[in-house]
Amino acid sequence: MIRFDEVTKVYRGTAKPALNSVSLEVLSGEFVFMVGASGSGKSSMLRLVLKEDRPSSGAIHVLGQDLNRISSRKVPYFRRNLGVVFQDFRLLPNKTVFANVAFTLQVIGKSKGFIHEAVPDVLAMVGLEGKAERFPHELSGGEQQRVAIARAVVNKPSILLADEPTGNLDPTTSMGIMTLLERINANGTTVIMATHDAGIVDRLQRRVVELVGGRVVRDERGGGYVTQAMPQVQPDIVIPAAGPREGLR
Amino acid sequence: MRLALVLGEVGQGLRRNLSMVVSVVLVTFISLTFVGTAILLQAQINQMKSYWYDRAQVAVYFCTDFSGVGGCDQTAATPEQVAAVEAQLESETLAPFIDAYYFEDREQAFENFQAQFEGNAIASLVTPELMTEAYWVNLVDPTQSQILADALSGLAGVESVVDQRSYLDQIFNILNASSFTAIGIAALMLVAAALLIATTIRLSAFSRRRELGIMRLVGASNRFIQTPFVIEGVVAALIGSVLAAGAVVAIVQFFVQGYLSETLPQTSFVGLDDALLVVPVLLGVGALLAAVSANVAITRYLRV
Ligand SMILES: Nc1ncnc2c1ncn2[C@@H]1O[C@H](COP(=O)(O)OP(=O)(O)OP(=O)(O)O)[C@@H](O)[C@H]1O
Ligand SMILES: [Mg+2]
Repeated sequence: MIRFDEVTKVYRGTAKPALNSVSLEVLSGEFVFMVGASGSGKSSMLRLVLKEDRPSSGAIHVLGQDLNRISSRKVPYFRRNLGVVFQDFRLLPNKTVFANVAFTLQVIGKSKGFIHEAVPDVLAMVGLEGKAERFPHELSGGEQQRVAIARAVVNKPSILLADEPTGNLDPTTSMGIMTLLERINANGTTVIMATHDAGIVDRLQRRVVELVGGRVVRDERGGGYVTQAMPQVQPDIVIPAAGPREGLR
Repeated sequence: MRLALVLGEVGQGLRRNLSMVVSVVLVTFISLTFVGTAILLQAQINQMKSYWYDRAQVAVYFCTDFSGVGGCDQTAATPEQVAAVEAQLESETLAPFIDAYYFEDREQAFENFQAQFEGNAIASLVTPELMTEAYWVNLVDPTQSQILADALSGLAGVESVVDQRSYLDQIFNILNASSFTAIGIAALMLVAAALLIATTIRLSAFSRRRELGIMRLVGASNRFIQTPFVIEGVVAALIGSVLAAGAVVAIVQFFVQGYLSETLPQTSFVGLDDALLVVPVLLGVGALLAAVSANVAITRYLRV
């Protein structure tokens, strides 16, 4: 579904790579947490999957396509297979909930009939029935994130990328969002979520990929935010040097 | 559905950047008015050229008692020499090129001169003896005056063979230079218009960067994203073009036909039909210019 082969990303004007020779494979239907300190490269990885950026070296395959070979004219069509959610929701403030979700379908040329069936369905799925005519500023943060998720999945993408979707939400609201993401995952969508929320990662016990300084230092199935074998203090410094981590990969 | 969406985006963009749109309208208006005026000036020059060139004659001047240039030796041409020139004009070699000719003797030349310089001090200084006898020749093809010059200027008693077109050429060179100046200014202003349209479109894209970001994320095609901006530029430029077309038509109607034609009734001026021919050119140039510069601007904006 998604495969990184020795991917390195060096941003222009920086010496230190944001991603350093990352290899990773995510299978269809998986739920993957990306964890790591700020600046460890989580968002960079998600941006590469979306082909918002190209790697400095290495190959990325998504849905069977080599992203290095996909022409810029084809990128929009490629992105229709992916849904994205961000920490800051990114809703259009002057459009209603319904219009925000419908906008996605309109710009990819779906018919009016299709839109009027699909949008209420997906709003019900995320628990926003009855709030279709509200504007984003009339909603709580959790509700706004549900709109963003509705927008991301209304086109039934095979992959959902979520970059700290609970970053601005309280723990209870966050759990509600996670339940929703699990439901979407249970329906067959591959979910990759970057997060700093230790509580969520520990609770869900899913696959965890940990990045430190642009390198994958841990790839654990059913893991927590920090691995049990890890000392709890100063994980950033200890992890790369720790021998036992290698065995986990 | 999609058309309505695209047009909605266009309307939004135009409203959000109203002041920039107004400046695009004004700059295209002024630059295209220059373009239109330059085209009409060229048309006017061509019209005058063909009018005057057709009327231009070739003069075969004869020697006078006071003339020492050409084949003259301070003695007036004899009637025999004049007759020899006329024979040449009637000859089989020259006759096919000649449409009409007539002889102007000293008295006639004197009368013409007096009429032309009436009230001028020089008119009272000239006597018929000072005037030059001449044959005035209308050629079938006015460009072939060299044939007459070659055949006649060597004959005895002929002072010179002069094509009036050589005087006209100087006047038209000046007119042409002013017309090219207008075209040059028009071209510079078109460049300014193109740059302004590009800036406006970039600004418009910047003010809509949220929507653009979301459109790109959800996979809107490049063409779908770019089209509203291109239409936006074209609409603004077309408003300017329509104003320019109106201005050009008004100039022809009220200034050229209304004022110039009244003041100089002998001269024929460009008319409303010429102005109406220029209108589609202005609209086309305006639309094309806007489409190209808006397209380049938005493509480059989206690439970074
Ligand atoms: N557009 C960019 N230009 C230059 N450097 C960048 C750019 N984006 C990210 N970086 C650098 O790349 C590194 C990884 O950044 P990235 O955003 O991927 O980290 P992250 O793991 O998502 O962090 P956070 O948890 O704070 O979101 C950082 O050092 C950052 O400064
Ligand atoms: Mg990030």
